[in-house]
Amino acid sequence: MKDTIEIRWHGRGGQGAKTAALLLADVAFKTGKYVQGFPEYGPERMGAPITAYNRISSKPITVHSNIYEPDYVVVVDESLLDSIDVTKGLNPEGAVIVNSTRSKEEIEEHLHGYTGAVYTVNAKEISIKALGKNYPNSPMLAATVAVSKVMDREAFLTEMKASFQHKFAKKPEVIDGNMMALELAFAHTDKNKAQ
Amino acid sequence: MAREKIQDRINEQSPWQHITEGNKIFEAATSKDFCTGEWRTTTPIWESEKCKQCLLCTPVCPDSSIPVITGKRAEFDYEHCKGCGICAKVCPFGAISMREGK
Amino acid sequence: MAIRERLSGNEAVAYAIKQVNPDVMPAFPITPSTEIPQYVANYIANGEIDTEFIHVESEHSAMSATIGATAAGARAITATSSCGMALMWEELYVAASNRLPIVLALVNRALSGPININADHSDSMGARDSGWIQIYAESNQEVYDNFIQAFPIAEDKRVHLPVMVCQDGFITSHGVENILLAEDAAVKKFVGEYDPEHYLLNASEKMAIGPYAVSNYYMETKRAQRQAMINAREVILEVAARFEKMTGRKYGFFETYQMEDAEYAVVIIGSAAGTCKAAIDEIRSITGKKVGLIKIRVFRPFPEEELAEALSKVKAVAIMDRSEMFAATSGPLGAEVRAALYQARITAEVVNYFYGLGGRDITVSDFKTVYKNLETIAETHIVTDMYEYIGLRREQTEEV
Repeated sequence: MKDTIEIRWHGRGGQGAKTAALLLADVAFKTGKYVQGFPEYGPERMGAPITAYNRISSKPITVHSNIYEPDYVVVVDESLLDSIDVTKGLNPEGAVIVNSTRSKEEIEEHLHGYTGAVYTVNAKEISIKALGKNYPNSPMLAATVAVSKVMDREAFLTEMKASFQHKFAKKPEVIDGNMMALELAFAHTDKNKAQ
Repeated sequence: MAREKIQDRINEQSPWQHITEGNKIFEAATSKDFCTGEWRTTTPIWESEKCKQCLLCTPVCPDSSIPVITGKRAEFDYEHCKGCGICAKVCPFGAISMREGK
Repeated sequence: MAIRERLSGNEAVAYAIKQVNPDVMPAFPITPSTEIPQYVANYIANGEIDTEFIHVESEHSAMSATIGATAAGARAITATSSCGMALMWEELYVAASNRLPIVLALVNRALSGPININADHSDSMGARDSGWIQIYAESNQEVYDNFIQAFPIAEDKRVHLPVMVCQDGFITSHGVENILLAEDAAVKKFVGEYDPEHYLLNASEKMAIGPYAVSNYYMETKRAQRQAMINAREVILEVAARFEKMTGRKYGFFETYQMEDAEYAVVIIGSAAGTCKAAIDEIRSITGKKVGLIKIRVFRPFPEEELAEALSKVKAVAIMDRSEMFAATSGPLGAEVRAALYQARITAEVVNYFYGLGGRDITVSDFKTVYKNLETIAETHIVTDMYEYIGLRREQTEEV
C-alpha cells in the first residue's frame, strides 16, 4: 500500500461533504495516521458544487496543494455527475464511490470512460432504515473506508462509536442508529464488491 | 534645587541613542517647561477694578494662563500666555485690553 | 509530554491563545481569520480563560483598542486578514513606533480588488515596513509554535515591538492537520507572566505615550526604532533555542531543506514550502539532481547575511513571491534576496517567480518545472525578465 492515500469528495454546499472529509481525517488521526482534511473555498452557497480533500498517510504530510490525481473519489450527490467530471485524474487502480439509487452500470455511463472500480451506495435508503432520516454522511464514510481500506474496519467502528457517544451524549438513542448505518454500508459495499 | 527639565536630557542636539523608547515621557505636565509666553506679540492687560469676577475669561483661555485662586481670578500667567486675545473678546466688562508687544 | 492532536491553523492559534490567556483581545471578524476570535469567545464564555474580549466596530478600532490596552499595561492581542489589516494600517505604524509588544494573528488573504478571500501575501507584505516583526508559517504546527514564541520576542526589553504571526488563509487556517501541542503549564511558563516596566495604569509612575515628534526628533526616533528590530535578531534565536528545549522543534530565521549540496534552490515563504519539499524528495530520489529549499520564517527583521551565506554555493535561485508588485524590480521577497546576494557579491543566477496569487494552487509538478527552469538558467545564463509567473494562463503566441 502507498504511504499516502488521497481522497477527493464532491458534494453540494450544505450536504456535509466537507464535514465528512473532516470526520474521515478525525477517525484516521485517531487510528494513528497522519492526516489532512481541507475544503476548497470559494463563494459557494447552499447547493453549489463543493470539493473537499483528504490525505491519509503513515508518514508526515508536507504537501499543501489540492488533489488532482486522487486514489479515491467520493460523490455525495449524484446530480453532480452531469456537470462535473468527478473521475478527472482518478487513479484507475482506485475507485469512485457514488451515493445513488441507480445501478453501477447506469452510473458508469456518466463517468467519461473511467476504467477503474465503481461503487454505488444507496446512502439514503441505508440512512432512512437505520436512522429514519436521510443523513448520507455516515454510510458514505463507511463505504469509503470499506473501499479504500485506508484504515482497519474495527478500529474505524470503535473510533466512530466513541465519536458518536461524545457527540450525542444527550441523545444516546441515535448512537445505535448511526452505528447501524455504518454496518449496513459495510455490508452493502461488500455485496457490491462481490458482484 | 530646580527641577530637571526633560529638555536638559533630550533636546535637538541629542543623538538617536538618547531618545527614549517610543518617545515615552516619564513626567507629567511637561508643557509647563515650555515658555510659550515668549511667542506673545500682543499682551492682555487685566484691570482688576473693572473686573466683576464673573470668570468667563478663565475657561476660554487655550493655555490655562488665567489662574483662579479661592474662587477669584488672579493675574495672568505671562510665562505661558500666547496673547491670543480671546479673554479680551469674551470679557463683558471691558476689564481686559490688548497691548502691542510683550 | 506533547499532546497529539489534529487541528486547523485557526484552531491551533485559538488554542495557543487559550494557553497564554492574554488580558485583552479586541477583534473584528473577517474571512479567513474569523474563527480565531470566535473560538476565543467560546473559551471565554465557557469560563476557560478570563481574557477581556472587546467587541469593536472595525479593525481600525480593533488595533486602536489593542494599542490602548497594551499601553495601559495589558498583554493584548488581535487577529485579522486582508482588508481588515488594511483598515488597521495607520494603527500598525503607531503600535510599532510606540514600541508596544502586541501579538497579531494574521491569516494571509489577498487584498481587494478584485475581491478574493484566498491565500496571498499582499496584506502582510504591504505592511512589511510598518515596523512589525513578521514571522511566517508553513504548517499548522508552525503557526502554533510561532504564536507562542511571539510573546517572549515582543515583550523582551531589547525588542518591545509588535509581532505579526502569519499563516496562509484556508490552506493552513482551515485545513486540519496533525499537530503536537505543548501542555498548558509548559506554555504558561514559557511565555511567563506579563510584567511591563512602564505602563499608563501604573499609579506610581508618570508617563506619556505617543507624543508629537517634530523633524528635529523624528529621524532619531526612527533610527532608535530600527535598533529594536536589529536587537530582535538575537532575541528571536534565543527564544527559538528555549522553545526547542521545551518541544524539541528547531526554529531559526529560515529553514534549509536539502541545501548542503544544493545547486538549485527555491526561496519561498509559507505553506507552499511543504509542497516544494515533496517535489525535492521526488526529484532527488528519481534523478539525483541537487535541489534544495530555503523557507523564510522571519521576514522582518530580514536575515540578509545568513541568507546570502546559505545561498553562496548554488548555481541558480528561484525566489518565489505570493504578492504582485506591478512593474517593480521584483516581488517583496525577490527584492530582499536579490539585494542580499548583490551585497554579498554572490553571482548565482536569480529568477523571481510570482505564484499562488489570490489562492491559485501551486503543485508538486509546478515546483518540478521551477527546478527544471533553474537548470536551464544555470546553463544558458539567460533570465528574460525581472520576474515571471508560475501558473499564469497566457496566449500561446506569447514568448515564455
